[in-house]
Amino acid sequence: MKLNFRVVLLIAVALFGIIFSIPSLTQSQHGAKVTLGLDLQGGLHLLLGVKTEEAVNSQLKSVASGLKHFAEQNDILIDSISVEGKNVAFELLDSEDSVKIDEHLKTVQGAVVKASGGVYTVSLKAEEIEKLKTQAVDQAIETIRNRLDQFGLAEPVVARQGVDKILVELPGIKTPQEEQRARELISRAAKLELMAVDEDRAMRVNDLSEAEALSYGDVILEDALQPQIKHLVNEIPILDGTMLTDAQVGYDQNNRPVINFSLNSAGAQIFGDFTGRSVGKRLAIVLDGKVYSAPVINERIGGGSGQISGNYTVAEANDLAIALRSGALLAPIYMLEKRSVGPSLGADSIKASLLALVSGFVLVMIFMIMYYGLAGIIANLAVLINIFIILAMMALLGATLTLPGMAGIVLHIGLAVDANIIINERVREQLRLGLSVRKALEEGYAKAMRAILDSNITQIIACTILYVYGTGAIKGFAVTLSMGILASMLTAIVGTYGIFQLFSNRIEKSKNYKLWFGMTRKVN
Amino acid sequence: MELFKEDKVYNFLGKGKIFFVASFILFFLAIALIATKGFSFGIDFTGGTVVQVKYQGVAPIDKVREALEKEELFKHASVTEFGSPEEIIIKTAASTDGLSKDIGDVTREILKGTGEFEIRRVDMVGPKVGDELRVKGLTAFLLTLAAIMAMVTFRYEWRFALAAIIAIVHDIVITFGFVSYFEIDFNIESVAALLMILGYSIHDTIIVYDRIREHIQESKNSDFVMIVNEAVSRTQSRTTLTSLTVFFVVLTLFLFGGDIMLGFSFPMLVGVIIGTYSSIFVAAQLVVWTGFSVARYREKMAEKLKLQAEKEKMRAQFEQGVV
Repeated sequence: MKLNFRVVLLIAVALFGIIFSIPSLTQSQHGAKVTLGLDLQGGLHLLLGVKTEEAVNSQLKSVASGLKHFAEQNDILIDSISVEGKNVAFELLDSEDSVKIDEHLKTVQGAVVKASGGVYTVSLKAEEIEKLKTQAVDQAIETIRNRLDQFGLAEPVVARQGVDKILVELPGIKTPQEEQRARELISRAAKLELMAVDEDRAMRVNDLSEAEALSYGDVILEDALQPQIKHLVNEIPILDGTMLTDAQVGYDQNNRPVINFSLNSAGAQIFGDFTGRSVGKRLAIVLDGKVYSAPVINERIGGGSGQISGNYTVAEANDLAIALRSGALLAPIYMLEKRSVGPSLGADSIKASLLALVSGFVLVMIFMIMYYGLAGIIANLAVLINIFIILAMMALLGATLTLPGMAGIVLHIGLAVDANIIINERVREQLRLGLSVRKALEEGYAKAMRAILDSNITQIIACTILYVYGTGAIKGFAVTLSMGILASMLTAIVGTYGIFQLFSNRIEKSKNYKLWFGMTRKVN
Repeated sequence: MELFKEDKVYNFLGKGKIFFVASFILFFLAIALIATKGFSFGIDFTGGTVVQVKYQGVAPIDKVREALEKEELFKHASVTEFGSPEEIIIKTAASTDGLSKDIGDVTREILKGTGEFEIRRVDMVGPKVGDELRVKGLTAFLLTLAAIMAMVTFRYEWRFALAAIIAIVHDIVITFGFVSYFEIDFNIESVAALLMILGYSIHDTIIVYDRIREHIQESKNSDFVMIVNEAVSRTQSRTTLTSLTVFFVVLTLFLFGGDIMLGFSFPMLVGVIIGTYSSIFVAAQLVVWTGFSVARYREKMAEKLKLQAEKEKMRAQFEQGVV
């Protein structure tokens, strides 16, 4: 018996497979291990869409609010500024100011300005709109990631899928309550706006229709705590949450949780100017389109900080502060797909597929030994090593094992022995022809290899296509299967050949083809 | 153990017409079934919601149905037992796109008062996702067929490739005829099964083709029918063994994998049987019918070899500086 390179290679890959499977099998903290898919460990999977048109809309609104602020500062008289469809429209009352206004409009990115007889319409270029939409998705991914990171769940995944979809995976979710809280945190727009109450018409708020309000440049908003109360506020906010630098949970004099926020210097400046000008009037603090409070301004407020009070529990206040800190979503998001699996179901699925895996493997093993004798044992060894290699490679690549992936492995056992069957049949044939064991092995492996290669290359091509065009679960299936095919070529074509070579002299001497290859008929 | 006589040549092609008629009938029965009865598509394709609920004790299905009827989202919802009497599956075509309160939360509220339960799974797919999946699935399938066609043409001949593709379509159509007949849920895992059967079928077929090619190259015989019969007989033992092992594992998946795997394990189970049958009785037979000629193939091979030899000669001459 002499060690040959094939056996050495087989031992090496077997060691590789076993060593790198250990962390996955023992679920230890150290080393790379296979991550279980959400269908096996339980958790929440969401596919989200982004309403990107809303981002464009809000950009137009902010163009309008910038214009208004600019006009006020420079004593330019403009009238009936509003966002109509995809345009901002306003009227310039004094044509002498047109130079100044044009100058300002030039600083607005991607703006297309049309003016006739003092009536201006400002729209956005197509590229600018595209850019805004892309930004909205990017920003949503970033914001959701920030929020979930601060939420304190283990290993959240937030990733772009396709062009404008967002994949969120939360393996740590255990209860429906947790799930709902996470969903709310993700979807919360967290759009903070400070808006001026229209004191001239505030008394008539209950008699005004939305369209009438809009004609005055106002909107009607609900009160957050008492929905029957309506507030009439200027449509264009004084400032919004983009100027927010921090938000923290604090407590008011009654020891109820509130959220204290602070503004950056530009925001503080605008806030100071406005409050200085509007003493005696009211300021509405609006979050996600609802008025949380509308205190009367007693004096100019410098320093740029404010407070949101609602009937919050500590957890709610905490989530809201996280959302405010992470920034508002530029565009609302909605749910395209949701899969939530409870931890107990995941455990059941693992149990069921392990049972299938083990019983399938045992059946195949018994069958192979019965049919091929010692060659069957060698084939079984190869398949076993094969499974370890799949596990190890998946662990090292950080691949995810899903339920269809498990099915892929189970199925692979059936297919992996096939390479060995093809080889053994070929070797038997050569032995029947009366060749020496060494020669029969050589010929048998050479002939078997051609068929195995042809077939496996075809299968790997199919797997690649599956991977490219498949979605989550299917991808996992393609990964385990193609790894299995590669591993099986290594163990069956190279590995088992090495083992047979090791024993070829002994087989030759014993001439016991029944023991070694399960051949029951006499060789003539 | 040996199941087949190693030197006996079975006359598989002699019975060709019988198997052709059998395949033909099965194939068109399957198409008729799929066309008229269709599939019970899972929510992966149609959009909708599946909620899996496990009760402590036997699930009160009637009570659940009654409770659900009042809710708009669950109009025409189906409630069925799932795996065990404690567990039920609620299926509805509706889905919700808001995040703060979704159809799962609604279900939990409605079911309050029907007993102690745990919601173990909520799968919700919006209508858009399903459309995309259908397009992608079909693209993947057609691309794979094209890739196989190219690969087999490259390694064998276009007639072999054509026959292989027909055999694959035969296998898949018949298998999914069964899926339609037994009203198995057609979901994303079924697509995986479909592609798996495709892979298995081509694998089996290639093993037989490889033998045919070998016999063409090595034997003096020019009778293609004889060659095919011999090749199928020689691979008989391997085909049967592998089919048995694969059948074993698929059977364990079918038996122990639970209802959740049914969309995968059922088509696999049928596909393995049909795939084995077709690689023995259909694929090789089809090559014969495409008018494959051994003599012509040998000529072509000889020409190829000649060309190669000439090239090498040229190269050798070139290297020696003769040209």
